[in-house]
Amino acid sequence: MKLHELTIHEAHRLLLRGETSSAELTQAVLDRILAVDNQVKAYLCLMPEAALDDAQKADEAIAGARGAGRLHELHPLIGIPLAIKDVICLQGVPTTCGSYILENFVPPFEATVIEKLRAAQAVLLGKTNTDEFAMGSSTENSAYFTTRNPWDLTRVPGGSSGGSAASVAAGECLGALGSDTGGSVRQPASLCGLVGIKPTYGRVSRYGLVAFASSLDQIGALGKDVTDAALLLGAIAGYDWRDSTSVNVAVPDYRASLRPEGSSSPFGSDLLQGLRVGVPQEYFVEGMQPEVEQAVQAAVEQLAALGAEIIELSLPHTEYALPVYYLIAPAEASANLARYDGVKYGYRVPDAVDLDDAYRRTRQFGFGAEVKRRIMLGTYALSAGYYDAYYLRAQRVRTLIKRDFDEAFEQVDVIAAPTAPTTAFRIGEKVEDPLQMYLSDIFTLSVNLAGICGLSIPCGFDEAGLPIGLQIMGPAFGEEVVLRAAYAYEQATDWHTRRPEL
Amino acid sequence: MALTLNEVEHIADLARLELTAEEKERFREQLSTILGHFASLQQPDTSDVPPTATVLPLRNIMRKDEVRPSLSPEDALANAPDASGGCFRVRAILE
Repeated sequence: MKLHELTIHEAHRLLLRGETSSAELTQAVLDRILAVDNQVKAYLCLMPEAALDDAQKADEAIAGARGAGRLHELHPLIGIPLAIKDVICLQGVPTTCGSYILENFVPPFEATVIEKLRAAQAVLLGKTNTDEFAMGSSTENSAYFTTRNPWDLTRVPGGSSGGSAASVAAGECLGALGSDTGGSVRQPASLCGLVGIKPTYGRVSRYGLVAFASSLDQIGALGKDVTDAALLLGAIAGYDWRDSTSVNVAVPDYRASLRPEGSSSPFGSDLLQGLRVGVPQEYFVEGMQPEVEQAVQAAVEQLAALGAEIIELSLPHTEYALPVYYLIAPAEASANLARYDGVKYGYRVPDAVDLDDAYRRTRQFGFGAEVKRRIMLGTYALSAGYYDAYYLRAQRVRTLIKRDFDEAFEQVDVIAAPTAPTTAFRIGEKVEDPLQMYLSDIFTLSVNLAGICGLSIPCGFDEAGLPIGLQIMGPAFGEEVVLRAAYAYEQATDWHTRRPEL
Repeated sequence: MALTLNEVEHIADLARLELTAEEKERFREQLSTILGHFASLQQPDTSDVPPTATVLPLRNIMRKDEVRPSLSPEDALANAPDASGGCFRVRAILE
């Protein structure tokens, strides 16, 4: 197997055994980027020299630990080349958010998740493409270019963390961070055949994540399999005083949680004995791709074969998730994006006649169509005369959606559903119709509105050879049970072992 | 739910967003369609339902008022399109 095809945990084993070095691994991934990124276009910014420097330091630390007999104490991400979505701040590295308005922005500080990855001595390769300010489902809203799906270069990788997903799927990194406000980690993971996890709101610090919708945003991780997702999540999770919405709950050993205690064999047929899996009827709707429905139903049967009890249930307010989300998220975005006024950072029109003219035209030229559309939608929902009918009403219905999940999780441990209604769609197919684009997030929005956790895992392929994702949702701080269910499913299937040909 | 051009202009004004005539017309159409699709939101009975602004239990986060490391003025101004004398520089706002 080529080095760039390794999972994180496989690469870690080789590093500990001395069968490869981080420098060799990082160079192999950089060579892979050189070979395929002109087709995939996953990266907005590459840092090859800094990455090789990180790798050399990791190799020194590994050699030191070997000499001292302390290899087992090394972090599982040491020396592992990773990619970062370009909405997360790295000190001294341009952070554009896929927007012209931040084209020249160089953060003076490091995001907490980056500090944590650096403490783990991971290798940071570069910044990946995203829909502008993470608003979109395809990367087509990036101001710079559209990322391609490695499974079919005429199709989108999903979004908004499409650059991160494509880079992992194409072997242009071993794992990546993304952000998920309404599905932006899970939907691209589904479309690119990866495992992507959206942690519980408050599980991961948002300090240094450029804000889109602050009550919904959460940093998540993408990997080739469940173990990699668990390792990445473990590295970035935890309380942070700099994010007052991060929650002080101890971070479990997510990798250890993959196997139930006392089970000697990971392949046992009763791995999920006692696990109650809810299947919500509202997530199997007319208009979804039949192959997606079939693959997800087959996955549910597989969970049952592993010992899980399948319980049909109803989340009756699911149909309102789309309007609730697309009022609340734009409303929060319209407030968050007020900061882009051409004063403190970012682009400013050079020829303004006065300050007000500078604000208006800086924002006109700096923002793309989708960002403007959402600012308009959000401003409308918050404006006098419409606040009660739109924003406040959306917040009340958000409560109903959250209660649906609260009640469901009294009966079940996890909920299984499709991640996206279709496999990867063609580039250009939905750009002219914003509502159609919004509908591609229809199965992922509720998790953010309820603040719970969710994961997407490969569960099949359609006739065109495009990956299909199974979504497993869990209660707040239920990442361990979600990961365990996903891991058991993964051990019983081989979808996650397939790689796109490039 | 059809928006008027006046409403579109009013919203753009609130958001400090200059729009071309073409953008105004396109947003008028698109926002009308999107809001029309959201009409179903008026259906559920929410008379006794409190709004959710955040999923976390609301609480104030306090810390001791101690000096901590922070950005230097140089770092804070490094990204400014225009700066002068340790300040952000903008066009005059008073005549």
